[in-house]
Amino acid sequence: MSSIKYDDYLLKDKLPLFWCGGCGNGNVLGSILRAFANLKFKRQKTVVVTGIGCWGKADDYINTNTFHGTHGRALAFATGIKLANPDLNVIALMGDGDGATIGGNHLIHAARRNVDITAVLVNNFNYGMTGGQYSGTTPEHSFTSTSRYGHIEEGFDLCKLAAAAGAPFVARGTVYGITQLDKLVEQALCKKGFSFVEVITPCPTHFGRLNGLKTASLMLNWIKENSVTKNQAEKMSDGEIRGKFVTGVFVDVDKEDYSTRYKKLQQRAAEAVEGGCDK
Amino acid sequence: MTVKGNVRFIQGNEAMAEGALAAGARFFAGYPITPSSEIAEVSSRRLPKLGGVYVQMEDEIGSIAAVIGASVAGKKSFTATSGPGFSLMQENLGVAVMAEVPCVIINVQRSGPSTGLATKPAQGDVMQCRWGTHGDHGIIVLSPSSVQDCYDLTIKAFSLAEEYRTPVILLADEIVGHMREKVVFQELQTDEIKVRKAPGCSPEYYKPFRLGEGVTPLACYGGEHVFRVSGSTHDEWGFACSRPGNAEKYIRHYTEKIENNRDRIVLTREYNLSDAEYTIVTFGCTTRSALEAMYIARSTGKRVGVLELVTLWPFAEESVMEACQNARAVIVPEMNLGQVLREVQRVVGRNIPVVGVNKVDSKAIRPAEILDKIREVETCLV
Repeated sequence: MSSIKYDDYLLKDKLPLFWCGGCGNGNVLGSILRAFANLKFKRQKTVVVTGIGCWGKADDYINTNTFHGTHGRALAFATGIKLANPDLNVIALMGDGDGATIGGNHLIHAARRNVDITAVLVNNFNYGMTGGQYSGTTPEHSFTSTSRYGHIEEGFDLCKLAAAAGAPFVARGTVYGITQLDKLVEQALCKKGFSFVEVITPCPTHFGRLNGLKTASLMLNWIKENSVTKNQAEKMSDGEIRGKFVTGVFVDVDKEDYSTRYKKLQQRAAEAVEGGCDK
Repeated sequence: MTVKGNVRFIQGNEAMAEGALAAGARFFAGYPITPSSEIAEVSSRRLPKLGGVYVQMEDEIGSIAAVIGASVAGKKSFTATSGPGFSLMQENLGVAVMAEVPCVIINVQRSGPSTGLATKPAQGDVMQCRWGTHGDHGIIVLSPSSVQDCYDLTIKAFSLAEEYRTPVILLADEIVGHMREKVVFQELQTDEIKVRKAPGCSPEYYKPFRLGEGVTPLACYGGEHVFRVSGSTHDEWGFACSRPGNAEKYIRHYTEKIENNRDRIVLTREYNLSDAEYTIVTFGCTTRSALEAMYIARSTGKRVGVLELVTLWPFAEESVMEACQNARAVIVPEMNLGQVLREVQRVVGRNIPVVGVNKVDSKAIRPAEILDKIREVETCLV
């Protein structure tokens, strides 16, 4: 049998990608499909769930099962899919406005519940689809179409958020470091339990244009210049680390996932062992 | 439906949960809210014993999302809520409409708007059920008036959801939900439990949104059919499609697949309508007062009949017309300010007076209040 390649999962007749020149979404899509190929994911057993936004269009190019729902709710749909059929590989693709702003509550609870889903959150620091407004990850002092006097809010550190919420696998990569990203996505997909990968990605069309980074190369260079590895970051002061993208794996622990726990609960229920004191 | 059954004395909310399980539901996602919480509690105890899943989500938005996801993954799924939670579900209710995903949403109505009177009954969500999610669409809404109904109509709701690939709303209310009555758990015939038909075609030809020849079967994730589901306007394969002609076709389809089958979906109950001079059109908990008013009126020789709308949407236009056309007047009692009243007026027209008995003080409409209205109308007509 011939080996499985990434483009076995790609809907080639949907090309070219609809994203702007210089957008990183295509690169992230490549990482995900290469991981599918390496892990020999069966199309029938795989469901890609997307939210709404630029990255929410990713399912248009993927030939596994797909579910394209509402803005911010990908993880909630994915939770239902996974709990109803734990044999499926369920992957949720979300943007920063989508998965971390309007859908932030679902992110922390999916992590806390430890549902066996891989979430790949593409962070381009703004709402690209609607014209570049500020999101929950937009850095302080930066400019967007709704923060023309400089943004006064601090952006989320999503990896810290996911880790604090209890996710057993948390990592950050960038589209500048594709080799690393490939590895992180694959590790996340192999993880039993909730795995979270944040990908720092350029949006030259909106975020870049208002922040002096209006070409793809300027933006990529900005990502490169501001990326530090987890090991480097450990030696840096809080001041030095401000505004940097720390990359690497932050959490990788073993924890029983939700469906495994639920199976045990079902066994207890079948034996009619009810807790509480109203028996 | 009756073959033989197990008689119990239980609460309406419990009966709805039991009805869902009897219909084959094996997935519940919800968020606690008065006055529906008992449905979640019973589901959390019973589902795991049956190999099913109960999950308490972070909010009602996530609850209905999980229900939709679980349904596409092959489990008959449901949720239960009340006004504030039902409001939060509206956007994703539209996903179930657009993606044609069968599921059941139980709304045990309480007094609104907003937090309102959290523990008190109302019937104010009739129009929200019909038009709450944005955009044109058809919807099926059933309304129980007894604990037996809570059981039977929940089973019916799941059947309709599967048959028409649509969300079905069971619009109960606090009175029916918290009332205790005798209920018979009938032994169901196998044909009363609709099982999702797997697509008959080979996987490469499966179009989950094919139009024509009835409702296209929905496959399940994990089976041999690989497919796409989308809340965006899509083509027959499920790919996003912005062509105007395509949008027109599908948006009409969402309405027509329900409205064109009105005669098969609509359930009503008729009481003493054949000679009625006064017709009461009613639904839900108010049916009980309407029937009592009818019995009292009949005992004094007044010819009063009742039409109960078991199916609220699609609206029972033919039954309402038939029940009202020979009446001197039509009375529509409801615990809102006239949501069904205006529908009845629309159907009956201007030649027959159609008047409401409307209460929003959180107290049930009493039979005496309906009788007072009949007397008032009678005086005006003389």
